[in-house]
Amino acid sequence: MSEFFTLSVLIATFASAVRLAVPYLLAALGETIGQRSGVLNLGVDGVMLLSAFGAYYTVIETGSHLLGVGVGLLIGLFMGVVYAVVTVHLHAKQGISGIGIFLFGLGFSDLLSQELVGAIQPIKKLPSLAKLPFVGGIFEPLEDIKYIGELLFSHNLMTYVAFALVPIVTWMMNRTTFGLNIKAVGENPQAADSLGVSVERTRFFAILIGNTLAGLAGATLSLQLGVFQQNLTNGLGFIAVALVYFGAWRAKWVMAGAMLYGLVTATRLQWQARDIIPNSASDLAAMTPALITILALVLLAKRVRGPAALTKPFTRH
Amino acid sequence: MKTNRSRRFLTLLTALLALSMFAAACGGSESATGTATSECGTDNAVVKGDKVTDLSVAVVAPSDSQDLAFTQSMIDSLTRLGIEPQVTDGTFQVEVAADAIRGYAEDGINVIIVHGTQYGGSLAEIAPDFPETSFIWGTATSTQGIANIFAYYPEAQQGGYVNGWIASELTGGGAIGVVGPVEAGDAVAYINGFKAGAEANGVSNVAVTYTGSFSDVALATEAAEALVTVGVEALTGTSQSAVGAVNVADENGIPWFGTQSNQEAWSTDQVVASQVYHWEVILDDMFEMIEEGTLGGEAMSLTLENGGLLVEINGCFNLDSDIESGAQDIIKKIIAGDINPPA
Amino acid sequence: MKRLLGASVPLGAALLAFVLGSIMILALGENPISGASAIFEGAFGTGDRFAVTAVRATPLLLVGIGITIAFRASVINIGGEGQIIAGALLSTIVALLVPDTPRIILIPLVMVAGMIGGGIWGAIPGALKAYASVNEILSTVMLNIVAVQLMNFLLRGPMIDPIEKNGSRIPQTERLSDNAAMPTLVDGTRLHLGVVIAALAAVAVYIILWRTPLGFRLRAVGHNPDAARAAGISVERNITLAMAMSGALSGLAGVMLVFGSESLRLVTDGGAAGFTGSAGFNGIVAALFGGLHPLWTIPSSFLFGALLTGATQLQRALQIPAALAVALNGLIVLFVVSSDRLRGWLDGRLNQGAFDNETAELRESRNNSTDQQSEAADPHNATP
Repeated sequence: MSEFFTLSVLIATFASAVRLAVPYLLAALGETIGQRSGVLNLGVDGVMLLSAFGAYYTVIETGSHLLGVGVGLLIGLFMGVVYAVVTVHLHAKQGISGIGIFLFGLGFSDLLSQELVGAIQPIKKLPSLAKLPFVGGIFEPLEDIKYIGELLFSHNLMTYVAFALVPIVTWMMNRTTFGLNIKAVGENPQAADSLGVSVERTRFFAILIGNTLAGLAGATLSLQLGVFQQNLTNGLGFIAVALVYFGAWRAKWVMAGAMLYGLVTATRLQWQARDIIPNSASDLAAMTPALITILALVLLAKRVRGPAALTKPFTRH
Repeated sequence: MKTNRSRRFLTLLTALLALSMFAAACGGSESATGTATSECGTDNAVVKGDKVTDLSVAVVAPSDSQDLAFTQSMIDSLTRLGIEPQVTDGTFQVEVAADAIRGYAEDGINVIIVHGTQYGGSLAEIAPDFPETSFIWGTATSTQGIANIFAYYPEAQQGGYVNGWIASELTGGGAIGVVGPVEAGDAVAYINGFKAGAEANGVSNVAVTYTGSFSDVALATEAAEALVTVGVEALTGTSQSAVGAVNVADENGIPWFGTQSNQEAWSTDQVVASQVYHWEVILDDMFEMIEEGTLGGEAMSLTLENGGLLVEINGCFNLDSDIESGAQDIIKKIIAGDINPPA
Repeated sequence: MKRLLGASVPLGAALLAFVLGSIMILALGENPISGASAIFEGAFGTGDRFAVTAVRATPLLLVGIGITIAFRASVINIGGEGQIIAGALLSTIVALLVPDTPRIILIPLVMVAGMIGGGIWGAIPGALKAYASVNEILSTVMLNIVAVQLMNFLLRGPMIDPIEKNGSRIPQTERLSDNAAMPTLVDGTRLHLGVVIAALAAVAVYIILWRTPLGFRLRAVGHNPDAARAAGISVERNITLAMAMSGALSGLAGVMLVFGSESLRLVTDGGAAGFTGSAGFNGIVAALFGGLHPLWTIPSSFLFGALLTGATQLQRALQIPAALAVALNGLIVLFVVSSDRLRGWLDGRLNQGAFDNETAELRESRNNSTDQQSEAADPHNATP
């Protein structure tokens, strides 16, 4: 046990937690924006799978991570348009359409991967800051700083994007007209409408942003792991949706939830590697992130009310 | 159907071309029983062999037929025997697999390879209904007493022991890490053999982490990262999620040991050796018996001795020749029964 | 006429999905017509195939009617997977403990055990939502993960088949007592009693929801919790109860998966879908497809059961990956739910979907099916 509580191991665990948390964070931030506008999306996992494959395949074909992330983003955007049309304009039931998106993404990404790629082949992972082309040199000395380097500067660019999005989303939701509109149409679309806010357009763009972030999450996942295979996400998208509730629709608490989940997972893997948790209890250890997340919420739960119009389609009189 | 077959075959071939797999015809040099070293830089694709039988063959398997692990080992083996089977893969749900098995039997397929131990319970119900059909089931040590079932089983601990021994030579007693899925099935035999091989050669710390999932690549990746912080100097692992751990080994310059299929394609630099299942060794015998009218009743195992298990060494890794010949000694001892790796 | 037109829309949507599916099959170099006929052949080709379809639809139906109860009480239960597993585990434990009990007792016993197991697994998120404000989407997603690992732990440890323990170590139980097996209804087919039980359960759920005080209370809580509370109904207790009942039906689905299976044992491949075949999710689809109405869920789950069995045949006959069927499933769901509004237009009743007069109420309950909703029936969503 004592060997775990050394600075270097703790930092490595934290770095591992960050890697695990980034896809959750990106996807959950996107879902937060969508839900704030009143639209639940259970299809995050499906969007992530499609983007994860798209990004991976792009890197195989072109070797460019930038293009890969771009393609992942575009796939997210496209699925956002689909989902927005289906739920906002066609008023489809949100729970079931999300599951439709999930099933489509699960099946189609698998089909494409079998037909276009075949056997799993690893690709180059997203580079850390110091290994970035052109600007990498700037970060090299930073990454070499003992402890701090690994803690703060050893990650890939998408990690910083994900965490930078937390204050950006908070700012957007609270300080920009668009953000305030999102909250307004999520709380009381009728009132917002009477004030001249287009409910449909606001929700449309909120969903677009949300799905684009899910797309980024998928691309980050496959490029960070350097591989794609059937059902790569393993339900990650559903956990991301759950984390929105953990974070009570606030970006910083969503981040806290993603980090908690990542940290518990990273810690249990560290403890298993050090035989602090014996192999006979490996499955019990695998439950801990889920259990602790529930427990944490039971202990912390405030009576936070969600967006009042969540899952309700809007029709103007 | 015809175009479909050729399409499947083409996909298979192109995919296989991408891999550098052992094939005697293609530049690999067989140095002794039990091991083979690939020539670095050559394209060691699985080569379709001469067709050994006219029996129609179907395979039902839980994972993807191009998983570079359990299912692919069977498809590759059939390819080496010149057989293009009908395949229903990705049937991880037992009831779906049972449906497919029954369907092939009703279609009049001669030989159905039931490639998943978990299918055994269903097979015991299906096989008696089709006495004319031969079922080849594994991995399993027994035929469940049914006349038209052959069973097959890899003595995975044997190659595991050899891998473990080579790993211990490379680390010189330093710690070794294992990334496992769920502590069950033939993964356990391989890992137990691996541990024994390493420990017999002076390694005191073989750290094993079971992630709890066969398919979660992210977990396998971080499990390997955690083992790296423990200070392991060699890594091994099983299941299709292992590719994540191979990536970690590759990044950190840590030697990797594979099992089931040849995993050189996952890391040309760091894969030292893979224990590869050559099912064709026993399948050939089974097909012969089936043609002569014996549809089952026997369990056969892959061993280092019968060549069904082959420790395929990656030519690009430049393994020290002393270690390689040491490994061959170990293999000889295992074959002679002087060493009995625990399963 | 209007009704006919209305009904043609979802059919058209399904057709559109099949057109897209055909394009995919074409892209794979196969003939879409042989694809469609393979699916049909696989699902309905013979009496036996028909039976397989019915058997495959059974867990979807049970999960689906359970989901209906929860959704009617405005709880989103996406914990079907975990509840199926919990039910399967507890019923299997009972069958292992008292294998020699006479059939007439043992079959009901394992069913009750399964319902208790699933019921507990459903009651936990229900109670957490009611009494601790923990959102049920979060808790059910997390409890699914817990259930899978619990199953893995039990099946490779305490419950493992003694033969496997020293053999290939496959995480499965021994073959369970024949006395617990679901009796076959038609010899030579897979059709078992569970199919009938599930259909009866659907009728029972319909009666409970619309013909009993209990059902009234559940729907009142889902419809308008504040009004229900004012009328003296305990919102907390009824939310917990709804989830417990929902979980119990999923647990019963788990019983059917174990005791209606040919191998008559519980086996895990490490993930949930290996045992459940994702019935916990497909059941939601079937339920929503059936308009959250227990009786409509019967044909709806049968349809999805047919797609699943057809997919196996598609893969076997044409070597088309089963992944295509999964993707197609998703497309059908998307197209059909999207056509709801279009159908409303055709019916001249904009914004009133589903199949009958339950619809308006249904939509209300769905609309309220989120968090601690306290608002009365939503004014901006009402029918003009």
